[in-house]
Amino acid sequence: MTPRARRGVNVLMSWLAALAAGLVVLPLLMIFAFLLWQGASAVNLDFFTHLPKPVGEVGGGMANAIVGTLMLLALAAVLGLPVGILGGLYLAESRDRRLPWLARFLADVLNGVPSIVIGIFAYSVIVLPMRRFSALAGAFALAVIMLPIVVRTSEELVRLVPASLREAALALGIPQWKVLLRVVLPTARAGIITGVMVAIARVAGETAPLLFTAFGTASGTRGSISRSRPCRCRSSPTQSHPMTTGTVRPGPGPSCSSAWCSW
Amino acid sequence: MAVVVAVPRVEAQAAPRNLGDQVLRLVLRAAALTLVLLVLAMVVSMVRASWPAMRAFGWRFLATSTWDPVAEQFGAIPFVYGTLLSSLLALLIAVPLGIGAAIYLAELAPAWIRPPIAFLVELVAAVPSVIYGLWGIFVLAPLLRVWVQPALGKTLGFLPLFQGPPYGVGMLAAGIILAIMVVPYITAVSREVLLAVPTSQREAALALGATRWETTRIAVLRYGRSGLVGAILLGLGRALGETMAVTMVIGNRPEVAVSLFAPGYTMASVVANEFAEATSDLYLAALIEIGLLLFVVTVIVNALARLLVWSVGGPVKAVRE
Repeated sequence: MTPRARRGVNVLMSWLAALAAGLVVLPLLMIFAFLLWQGASAVNLDFFTHLPKPVGEVGGGMANAIVGTLMLLALAAVLGLPVGILGGLYLAESRDRRLPWLARFLADVLNGVPSIVIGIFAYSVIVLPMRRFSALAGAFALAVIMLPIVVRTSEELVRLVPASLREAALALGIPQWKVLLRVVLPTARAGIITGVMVAIARVAGETAPLLFTAFGTASGTRGSISRSRPCRCRSSPTQSHPMTTGTVRPGPGPSCSSAWCSW
Repeated sequence: MAVVVAVPRVEAQAAPRNLGDQVLRLVLRAAALTLVLLVLAMVVSMVRASWPAMRAFGWRFLATSTWDPVAEQFGAIPFVYGTLLSSLLALLIAVPLGIGAAIYLAELAPAWIRPPIAFLVELVAAVPSVIYGLWGIFVLAPLLRVWVQPALGKTLGFLPLFQGPPYGVGMLAAGIILAIMVVPYITAVSREVLLAVPTSQREAALALGATRWETTRIAVLRYGRSGLVGAILLGLGRALGETMAVTMVIGNRPEVAVSLFAPGYTMASVVANEFAEATSDLYLAALIEIGLLLFVVTVIVNALARLLVWSVGGPVKAVRE
């Protein structure tokens, strides 16, 4: 090839690569525009503070779904974060031979397991023995999904703590456990919190595993709406799944109405 | 067989004398063990819960295509087919785009443009899948029905892939939605792989007079090849397991159809749709067996992917998602 042709190929490929990058980002803009266009008009104060009206009536809000999401997230964080952060600390600090490799590998593999499979797992270990859907089961599923993300980011950030800090503390005669908990962890704190937020953001949008653990049917069954407290175990993503819009499901079956508020 | 020779190992670090050290060690080790046990528990509990279906159908479960909850006849072929076809379709679209974008971000783009685009790519990955599903139903499906599918049918209609009435929802919509969802993962991981390629590789190629693109092709892509395959497999893992968005646009009909316009069904979406409504124990067990199948497939794909990605950058410099 002549140098001229080679330069031409270079420019062409650069443009193609730039085009690819543009196409990757394009859907984000389209979806954002779509959501603003279609959704912005429905958002007002009622949306956040009111319960859904029965299907067909105008008005109402998503208060129960928003509260449900927050409660599920809090419970999932309580279950998943301690194990995740300690596990990450272990991966970064341990000199064991096999367990760190295995745990790191399994964390990455678990990260790729579809959330719906984790939902089935939560169903078979919590819902089946307890004989009912519960927020606990949903939170457990979310915690399992969070765990590998938290483990891996904590590990990375603990590794970033400079060795000189550790050495300085150890040289003062401070026992290792204190060095880890009082020097290393606080130094890595900001980063770990970021990792935690990423994990929470990821599970906040989870839908599939909640369909058969926390079981949020969105249908406006009057039975549940007339109750004084909101249905807690319902989260906003399941709210927007068309299979659960209540037009499909029959009215408040005896099994359902108790399951919704069973937590 | 390897002969095991007992060599006295020199302990690199002194045994902890302090009680606090021992306690912390135990606690940390327990946390890591929890992770390992969790994965084991997943396998055990799912095998146990799907046992009735395994006993009733055996291997026939994987070889028949009737899905009739009323007659309690369950075969997984339509779902396996739907999952594989939609994922392959997604990869077909996503791989060139993802790797192209990664090359741009890691090699060719001017320095000032890299951080904002990388950030946007990560945002694409952070959108919840129901949102993609909603967008698929309200924007993508009508678009396909009115414009794309008639045009494809007219020009490429002689292929069995593009025949049949344009519904909008169906295999094609699922493949496109999946491609959009998977592409940021492929881009992000490929970019990390490319960034992990040593600079000396590039310098050597540039010193020989190669252009930027030639450097990328000769020195960078070739060096990071296995990592890129890993990135693609990671994307495949995502596509196989993606549930909500696909459920919303694929049409949910358990059939094996050649045409991309026809509705289909995937393993993940049948579980999502029918799990809460399964009326008999055998039905439920069959659904759980489908979940187990999905689990096994994704674990294999992901394990391969991780090993390949680690082979470039090493496990410690983690590939974040």
